[in-house]
Amino acid sequence: MSILVGTDTRLVVQGITGREGEFHTRAAIAYGTRVVAGTRPGKGGQRAIDGTVPIFDTVAEAVAETGANTSVIYIPAVGAADAILEAVGAGIKTIICITEGIPALDMIPVVEATRLAGARLIGPNCPGVTSPGRAKVGIIPASIHKPGRVGVVSRSGTLTYEAVQAMTDAGLGQSTCVGIGGDPIIGTTFLDVLMLFRDDPETEAIVMIGEIGGSAEEEAAAFAAVHLRNVPMAAFIAGRTAPAGRRMGHAGAIISGGSGTAAEKIAALEAAGVRVADSPTQLPKLLLEAGFRP
Amino acid sequence: MKIQEADAKSLLLAQGLPVPAWELARTPGEVKAAAQRFFDAGYARVVIKAQVLVGGRGKAGGVKLAASPDEAAEIGSRILGMDLKGITVRKVIVGGAVDIVREYYLGAIIDRASRRIVLMASAEGGVEIEEVARVNPGAIHRVAADPQLGLLAFQARGLGLAIGLRDSLLSQFVAIAQGIYATMRANDADLVEINPLAVVAGTATDGSATQKLVCLDAKITLDDSGLARHPTLESLRDSEEEDPTDAQARKLGINFIRLDGTIGCMVNGAGLAMTTMDLVKHYGGEPANFLDVGGGARRETVCGAMELILDDPNVKAILVNIFGGITRGDEVAAGLIEARSSQSREVPMVVRIVGTNAEAAARLLREANVETATSLDEAAEKAVALAKGAAR
Repeated sequence: MSILVGTDTRLVVQGITGREGEFHTRAAIAYGTRVVAGTRPGKGGQRAIDGTVPIFDTVAEAVAETGANTSVIYIPAVGAADAILEAVGAGIKTIICITEGIPALDMIPVVEATRLAGARLIGPNCPGVTSPGRAKVGIIPASIHKPGRVGVVSRSGTLTYEAVQAMTDAGLGQSTCVGIGGDPIIGTTFLDVLMLFRDDPETEAIVMIGEIGGSAEEEAAAFAAVHLRNVPMAAFIAGRTAPAGRRMGHAGAIISGGSGTAAEKIAALEAAGVRVADSPTQLPKLLLEAGFRP
Repeated sequence: MKIQEADAKSLLLAQGLPVPAWELARTPGEVKAAAQRFFDAGYARVVIKAQVLVGGRGKAGGVKLAASPDEAAEIGSRILGMDLKGITVRKVIVGGAVDIVREYYLGAIIDRASRRIVLMASAEGGVEIEEVARVNPGAIHRVAADPQLGLLAFQARGLGLAIGLRDSLLSQFVAIAQGIYATMRANDADLVEINPLAVVAGTATDGSATQKLVCLDAKITLDDSGLARHPTLESLRDSEEEDPTDAQARKLGINFIRLDGTIGCMVNGAGLAMTTMDLVKHYGGEPANFLDVGGGARRETVCGAMELILDDPNVKAILVNIFGGITRGDEVAAGLIEARSSQSREVPMVVRIVGTNAEAAARLLREANVETATSLDEAAEKAVALAKGAAR
């Protein structure tokens, strides 16, 4: 087992003929991910990735012809919200949107439509999901992973790589690594992923990578305090030194009105029994201290 | 992107909201002429407000009343050119002073937790809403707009009732609340604030007393991700007030925030950039900036970013931390070496590049005699030591 993506994933790549779409589809296939289809309106009937992947005009056709059950989106921001809705409409239940720069107001009705359809959206503006040794969907470099039993959830991109690399270097493999995205409006929160990890028999420890802004880390801490008391957990929060009121790159990472600071998040996590690292490289050590035996 | 009050008011007017007339003035002479027109229209006094993108203008002396055109000119000459929280005032708005009966607050934001547009209203208007939230949070009422249908009339009415509005004022409030929601949608705004939303006294044509809700002040910030589809809104960017560094960073497509430390940082990814700053501090240094070069940064971007870092005379050492995914390490290394050969002053640098094409990057850096580090912790420690060495 693993969460979100695995050996039963049948992936359709929305935007497979674009520069990023093609590059990361090759990497996904090389990793062993089952890529069954791609879409590009107007190129239906052709084939992509050296003739190995059929292209369809619509996601609905891709689903009907190939049984695709998961979609990844590499479509530019202007069409990405529509691409998510197209996947929802085609009955896809796991949708991973890599695209950065989608206007926040577009995402409000899209997230709601996803929820009403019983589908799960990861992102947007996220690095994707990898279940090491099974499937890799998104842009996380394959080389940093090692199969194992630590679930990793993060709001960041390259910081996730840093944390996962530290785990792998210390010999701690991962069950699934999930980048939930740094935008203000995202489909899946820390809390949602923690629930999935709780119910996954192969995930025995959890690492959470948060950052300043919002209150998602605090909500996750409240959940962990009650439902994950017996699961070794470690966390890292980026932005301890960030000045208040300034946007640190991620649209989400802005501290205002005294809430959303790193200090508040760290306090909430520690109160919930989660060990908080000063540096991502300390995460493996903290997991072991929390009782995790790899 | 923040926009000026006058521009925010124009966006409200475009959605049919009640905003009292104003004129923009850049010289005391223009202030006087504008004031004269308001006096001619029957106002007893005019209000003159500094146009700068900071809050608390009133307290800082940027908002004044005048009872004659000459007094308006005199006040205009004092406000224009004054330093308001570090920003030079270059323009003011002039408007007729209204008879305020009561002040309310009305705002709309994107709420991350509920993933909806949330409208907030309070009967305690005219003061900073952050202060109300701190002192009397119960005085702020909220309603989340339907994510697919928008702000429904009954929702807006509930908010108006909660702050004590009745009868005609209540129906005016419903229209204004829905208008604010429409303003947000029409412009991809992430914040629209009316403070105060004021009840003003007037006289009807038959001589009877009237009360009307009007938007006396307006603050709007726009979602940068939405600007591409609103080309006309880009012109509202106040280039006079924009920091030259911010403008340069925007041109390069990087996120850059100047801080007051001595270690310049260049990192790919916002979360990793914040973490790099945190580790610099952890090892006893102070970051001079936050800098995210973005995904897939090329040579030119790296060169431009380096110039921005070196523009800061406080910078004593530079720390480059790149975890290549989409970004190719050798591109960054080549950019760094190129930037180094043309840079204006010698500053010690430590570079850590891992991930995609890290080996090619390491070769380039070795040939150019650049100090490198393998882990982020090591890089941060070295940068702190370099900065301290340079300071001695």
